[in-house]
Amino acid sequence: MLDVRKDFPMLKQDIIYFDNAATTFKPQCVIDAMSDYYENYSANAHRGDYDISYKVDLAVENTREKVKKLINARFNEEIIFTPGATSGLNDVVNGFFANLLDVNDEVLITQSEHASNVLPWFRLAALNKCQVRNIDLNANYKVTIENVLKAITPNTKVISLAHITNVIGDIRPIKEICKIAHERNIFVVVDASQSIPHMKVDVQDLDCDFLVFAVHKMCGPTGLGILYGKKELLESLDPINLGGGMNESFDSPNEIKLKSLPLRLEAGTQNIAAIIGLSAAIDYLLNIGFDNIYKKEKELKDYLISKLSHLSHIDIINYNSESGIVTFNVKGVFSQDVAYYLNKYNICVRAGNHCAKILKQAIGDTNTVRVSLYFYNTKKEIDDLVELLSDLDKIRKEMI
Amino acid sequence: MNTELNREIILENATHPENRETVDNPQYIKVNSNNESCIDNIDLYIKFDNDKITSLKFDGEACAISTASTSIMTKLLINKTIDEVLDLCDKFKDLINHEENDFENLGEAVCFSEIYKQQNRRHCALLPWIGIKKAIEEYQNRKS
Repeated sequence: MLDVRKDFPMLKQDIIYFDNAATTFKPQCVIDAMSDYYENYSANAHRGDYDISYKVDLAVENTREKVKKLINARFNEEIIFTPGATSGLNDVVNGFFANLLDVNDEVLITQSEHASNVLPWFRLAALNKCQVRNIDLNANYKVTIENVLKAITPNTKVISLAHITNVIGDIRPIKEICKIAHERNIFVVVDASQSIPHMKVDVQDLDCDFLVFAVHKMCGPTGLGILYGKKELLESLDPINLGGGMNESFDSPNEIKLKSLPLRLEAGTQNIAAIIGLSAAIDYLLNIGFDNIYKKEKELKDYLISKLSHLSHIDIINYNSESGIVTFNVKGVFSQDVAYYLNKYNICVRAGNHCAKILKQAIGDTNTVRVSLYFYNTKKEIDDLVELLSDLDKIRKEMI
Repeated sequence: MNTELNREIILENATHPENRETVDNPQYIKVNSNNESCIDNIDLYIKFDNDKITSLKFDGEACAISTASTSIMTKLLINKTIDEVLDLCDKFKDLINHEENDFENLGEAVCFSEIYKQQNRRHCALLPWIGIKKAIEEYQNRKS
């Protein structure tokens, strides 16, 4: 792999960053692209009467095209810029399914979903517009086709899952789930926030109906996400936000005419700088290659697991996950104390429930320590981490 | 008090906390105190008699600093009047924020005198003290 570490200004600091599932560092090219916009053509979009605004229009639509190619969507109209993955999921739940579902219709999720794929559905259920049920996880906390089939009833209308979960790090068999679901007229919604940064994702191959992801977890800026939907479904997604940029005319409450996709779902000024940053992030990741990224992360993850598994005081929760996420506990030490201890040595890990609060019912531990790797991490960094974790007395002594 | 002794007191209370038990008794007021920025989550059980704390227990999941702070607080506040407790709350807050005050009555709790150096752990130490103020409010609301 190329020498990527020099591309990231944050890596020049004396820190080891293992919280990439929360957000990733940004390469200089992304920062430069955004600065270039603010310094040299800082205009709004859709004001094409003057050159710098036209340049913004081109930049925004070029990024849309790049995202379409990245995930292999059929049409540019299927790519909607949103403020984040959370916003995209809320759009899908409240703008599409709230109009479609009825009190007895079932939505299937799992106990390892992130809050953003639980709470919008819970609210819909609380409004008597659906029932939310769980697909059981297996002994390794994974979703199996067998358990999906077991969970489906004649009332099931939606299956909504993370592609890769943010605590267990398992890769869900989305393609097979979509096949089973579509044979039964069930929609599939996918949160790809933890998969898009790490592997090739092809929405036509998966055949999912909606897919969302956050841009800041893939070397891009914060404040931007993508909502993908099959065009015919997005056509009937009611915009949650109404305002400028998405209407054609409005004379009275009953005479509102909206624009067509994708602008219909992008009310207000978009996060233009972030969209331009995303364009640079996609170029950057494609240049490295997703196969290389996945391979490097898998190698680092296997290395970390092999080292940690020699430490008897470490309980690894997710031995068998395929992604770069390793979740564990140090016996007898509260997860947050482990994180504070490592922070004293400038190592950043995440402690807590990682926004997956219903997972505790499955794994028995409410809180865990999570190391989430990215392609710019190194074996040397892992050695430093493991060395600090290898001495239980030191952890206990220095955790405060 | 020297740093090493402070650390020992904190560690001892974190690993062997006192008054840690769940209470299921309507004579106790139960309050939850949790930390929005992290994961500490403590339930306090307080029994008041004639404006005095006569029993104080806690349970929950929390880091070493929060657990130690809660253990130390429960020992300190039993048999204190509400006025005394509120006074100690103010003093402990000043201690944590490195403000001037007379900290003599805080007893063992002065072991947190250097926590201000770890900005992200100050709230962990304060957590049970925020809970006890909530409990006093509830007690006074019930009385009125």
